[in-house]
Amino acid sequence: MKKTMMGNFAASWGAQLSRVQVIAAYPITPQTLIVEKLSEIVADGELDAKFIKVESEHSAMAACIGASATGARAYTATSAQGLALMHEMLHWAGLARLPIVMTNVNRAMAPGWSIWADQNDSLSQRDTGWMQIYASSAQDILDSTIIGYKVSEQVLLPTLISFDAFFLSHTVEVVDMPDIELVDKYLPPYNPEYKLDVKDPRSFGALTAEEYYYEFRYKMQEAMDKAVDVIKEAGKEYEKLTGRAYKLVHPYRCEDADLILVTSGTIAETTNVAVDELRAEGKKVGNLRIRVIRPYPKKEILEVIKGVKKLAVIDRNISPGYSGIFSQELKSALYNEVNIPVRSYIAGLGGRDVKIQDIKDMANDALKNDSPNDLIWKGVKL
Amino acid sequence: MVIKFQKNDKPVKITGAKDMPPMPAALGSMLQNKTGSWRNVRPIIDYEKCIKCFICWKICPEPAIDIVDELPVINYDYCKGCLMCMEECPKDAISYEKEGK
Repeated sequence: MKKTMMGNFAASWGAQLSRVQVIAAYPITPQTLIVEKLSEIVADGELDAKFIKVESEHSAMAACIGASATGARAYTATSAQGLALMHEMLHWAGLARLPIVMTNVNRAMAPGWSIWADQNDSLSQRDTGWMQIYASSAQDILDSTIIGYKVSEQVLLPTLISFDAFFLSHTVEVVDMPDIELVDKYLPPYNPEYKLDVKDPRSFGALTAEEYYYEFRYKMQEAMDKAVDVIKEAGKEYEKLTGRAYKLVHPYRCEDADLILVTSGTIAETTNVAVDELRAEGKKVGNLRIRVIRPYPKKEILEVIKGVKKLAVIDRNISPGYSGIFSQELKSALYNEVNIPVRSYIAGLGGRDVKIQDIKDMANDALKNDSPNDLIWKGVKL
Repeated sequence: MVIKFQKNDKPVKITGAKDMPPMPAALGSMLQNKTGSWRNVRPIIDYEKCIKCFICWKICPEPAIDIVDELPVINYDYCKGCLMCMEECPKDAISYEKEGK
């Protein structure tokens, strides 16, 4: 059934369709609408779930960890400072191998106090053992939530689904909501082998000396490696049911490109339009949208970019003292594999709009210039 | 090393990652790790004063106080010597001495 909805509500309905059993939430703009809608859904009896109001985001994740450890399907949503406050618990959820799915509305870290789009909040949590998806449309948000549980519960790793504040969280798009019967068929109830159960008591997360800890890390890496194929399979199965395909990377007009722009989030959608306009001007430009950054889809990226003359990464994030994070990751994936110059752009931090013309400017600049080590701050006012 | 972690409680010999559960769950490590060696001070129960209220058994964070023959008995394999039992005992029946004397 097609409905118009805000990106935030696509997350709420994605969680409802996934039949989440425990929602622990603390409000923070621009995420609040997600859990507000879910609290209504639960109060109206449309979802059989426990909605736990907590005193902080740290507690929200702690409650999700407890719920997930008992075998319940747990969900929460947050943004920026809230996600940062969860940091300790994110490591816990990862190493406890709990398939929690969380939505993060990408919001700039303060100060200056900001509520606008910026990926630094979620990318700061890159190494906590969560799979990370960057959605680019409301449809992607809803579908990724359902697929997220499907994948998480197979590989026993949590999933973080991030998308840009306001550009996506508060804009309305047409979304095709799959029937609950279809989702039930796709996503069976979660029944883990190891769970907290008073009838079968065991310790969880107990003291683990050097004799075993190292091997748990190894197993986490194995799970991440396996997740690449599980994400592909889950995407294919979802496509069979709904007709919508989800992959780790989404290339657009990359086949014969001289220059491929590498993007994520809503900038990727704008870039598709910019690519069409550049192509109409006779410039062979493509767009490679990175949808999943953990596990890192190195092989999938190399397949798309082999043979291209140049790459240009547009990052709505910055690792201060180095460069954009998607750019660093791409460069490390290319090393020892292919020798293609990569030009790195920073754009749109703190919700600064990145327009079609801005992307065309960056593409034209990359077509003209080689020096790959420059970091270019598009539109910075000096 | 043989430890119990499987669902059916069948002891499993762990030689590497392939034998381990995905997460640190049910490893039995709380029994294997005899944390009593960390102790600086040793609590001692005076059974003449003990009224068998079992507050010590209830509050021990390890928990390293067992009930044996209807009496609280400290398990020195796991007692870390935090002395919460001594602090909470309503009859001052628990004292301590330094380890390694």
